[in-house]
Amino acid sequence: MLFLSIALMYACSKNEDEVAQEEKKITFSIPANFPAPAYNFEDNKLTNAGFALGKKLFYEARLSADKSVSCGSCHQQFAGFTQLDHKVSHGVNNCQGKRNTPPLVNLAWQKAFFWDGGVKNIETSPLNAITDACEMGTDIQTIVAFLKNTAPYPDLFKQAFGSTEINSQLILKSITQFAAVLVSGNSKYDKVMRKEGGISFTSTELAGYNLFKEKCTSCHAEPFFTDFSYRSNGLDLISADEGRSHITGVASDFGKFRVPTLRNIEYTSPYMHDGRFYSLDEVLEHYNSGVKASTNLDAQLKNGIPLNTTEKEQIKAFLKTLTDNEFIKNTLYSES
Amino acid sequence: MKISTYFLALLCPVILLSSCKKDAEEVTANTKSTFSIEFENQVNGSPLVLNTTSYKNAKGEDFKINVFKYYVSNIKLSKADGTTYLIPESYFLIDASKSESTNITFKDVPTGDYTKIEYTIGVDYARNFAGAQTGALDPINGMFWTWNSGYIFVKLEGTSPQSTADKNLLTFHIGGVTDPNNTIRTFATEINSANPLRVRADGKPNMHFIVNAAALFTGKTDVSFATLNFTMGGTNSVIVANNYANGLFRLDHIHN
Ligand code: HEC
Ligand code: HEC
Repeated sequence: MLFLSIALMYACSKNEDEVAQEEKKITFSIPANFPAPAYNFEDNKLTNAGFALGKKLFYEARLSADKSVSCGSCHQQFAGFTQLDHKVSHGVNNCQGKRNTPPLVNLAWQKAFFWDGGVKNIETSPLNAITDACEMGTDIQTIVAFLKNTAPYPDLFKQAFGSTEINSQLILKSITQFAAVLVSGNSKYDKVMRKEGGISFTSTELAGYNLFKEKCTSCHAEPFFTDFSYRSNGLDLISADEGRSHITGVASDFGKFRVPTLRNIEYTSPYMHDGRFYSLDEVLEHYNSGVKASTNLDAQLKNGIPLNTTEKEQIKAFLKTLTDNEFIKNTLYSES
Repeated sequence: MKISTYFLALLCPVILLSSCKKDAEEVTANTKSTFSIEFENQVNGSPLVLNTTSYKNAKGEDFKINVFKYYVSNIKLSKADGTTYLIPESYFLIDASKSESTNITFKDVPTGDYTKIEYTIGVDYARNFAGAQTGALDPINGMFWTWNSGYIFVKLEGTSPQSTADKNLLTFHIGGVTDPNNTIRTFATEINSANPLRVRADGKPNMHFIVNAAALFTGKTDVSFATLNFTMGGTNSVIVANNYANGLFRLDHIHN
């Protein structure tokens, strides 16, 4: 009898997994050099069907007002899921957004979203893009109605969640199954850190890493290359965008933005919240000579970060070791 | 002995099976029954009529209301002996344009005489930052801020000739859960112990609340639409929340 009970228990927990056993099982894997994530799929069980639906929705341009823009239009895989060559996001009716699209990478470790940290849960972070007049320009009612009336969506929801019911919660949960699985932790840097397969830095990269640890990690902390805090790195005397204070209402947060990750930085140009810099050279020159005495400038940057030509080249060489080609080219994440 | 062992053995997989279901209810020996709450929307004693009727605020300024919606959540009942019952998953959105939303029925409430009711005007801190929600908390209801996570607890939109905003609009979206601009307020009211809320197996009482929309604009601070006609969180929302914390709801009577 006890055996039967255990067998039944087992059946309870295994049921859903078995459905999609033939395909490659989608997993959320935590790289050995990463800490525990903030989002762990506790209330949103990761399944192949849920991930597949989320991915299809992510690349579905018909969700937008003029049927031209999907999440994937602004969050492009080859650009580390940011929008290549756009200073600020580019949405429906050729509308220019207010801010540079951030990359979607290692979101499961983030506790707040957007440049100003206004959004507090990964599951609700697509809502603003959906409803913003300048991004996808639509509303949830319209999207739900479209999905209910468009094959194969009702079937896909059934496969993913066991019912043809379609609502915003299930839409957001499936998109999250896709977005939270976007883990980048197989760059050369990661492999060196994990001492995998005898991979090591070149002497230039190593010199760059040492400089980086000395001058940059206080904000761009390993292994995410951000400490997730909000700071000003002195882009403008007076910021045109309120930044963090828009959310907190606190004057000392004016002009502060979340320290961005530097993973895949080689591919995520342009840089900064308003996309003002197109190259890493411009970014490094900013730290070297361009830091302005902004009202809330981070104290560490009072005198900028003096860097000579050799040091710049070394830091750049190191930053390129943060490129994760297995991530950028993973067909699992591509529009199919 | 033998019988009970067999019985247990038979029961075992049943219990395990049912434990797979997430929302397994706690088993209580007490009997349960039903009661309901009706929220009657008014403005200073007159019925709330959207779009057409003109009302006056405490400063004597005219205004009309086009939208009036608010959350009531975490409803807790107390008995005279101090024991309490928190109605699980109690999140309700009352919308003056949807008459069915003004009447809420609660099932499976332990029977007894309740002498106090309290609830949150709005949504508790945790749910503001939680993942995707459904039902009353579904963002489809237009009560969720997408750029600064959190719910709009009370939404009043309308017009006033005194409003300096474009098209004389009034836009009061009250919400925000972090200090110093936390607008979560709790409403509590004692129930006359001579006529408590009698939840009985054979009795399904109804509580009747009067909701005064004009309470947003008076109480601690009388609001003039000439100076305050737009708020979406922040210090001005706190002024409005401090007003309605006491004046928005009044328990009118109970039908036992
Ligand atoms: C028009 C371009 C555009 C579209 C379309 C778009 N986004 Fe974004 N996304 C942005 C921008 C810009 C931000 C940053 C907003 C800010 O900081 O104010 C962002 C932020 C995010 C974030 C938070 C990332 C972080 O690190 O903070 C997530 C997650 C996200 N978007 C997912 C999605 C999903 C899912 C969709 C499709 C439903 C989508 N986006 C559609 C431009 C877009
Ligand atoms: C005091 C904290 C701080 C230090 C030190 C710092 N940064 Fe930054 N960095 C920031 C902030 C904040 C931003 C985003 C600013 C914005 O967009 O308004 C940023 C942006 C960047 C970006 C653009 C990323 C993107 O995706 O847009 C790069 C690249 C960068 N930093 C590299 C470096 C390097 C290299 C160093 C060391 C030489 C360094 N930073 C030192 C805080 C810092």
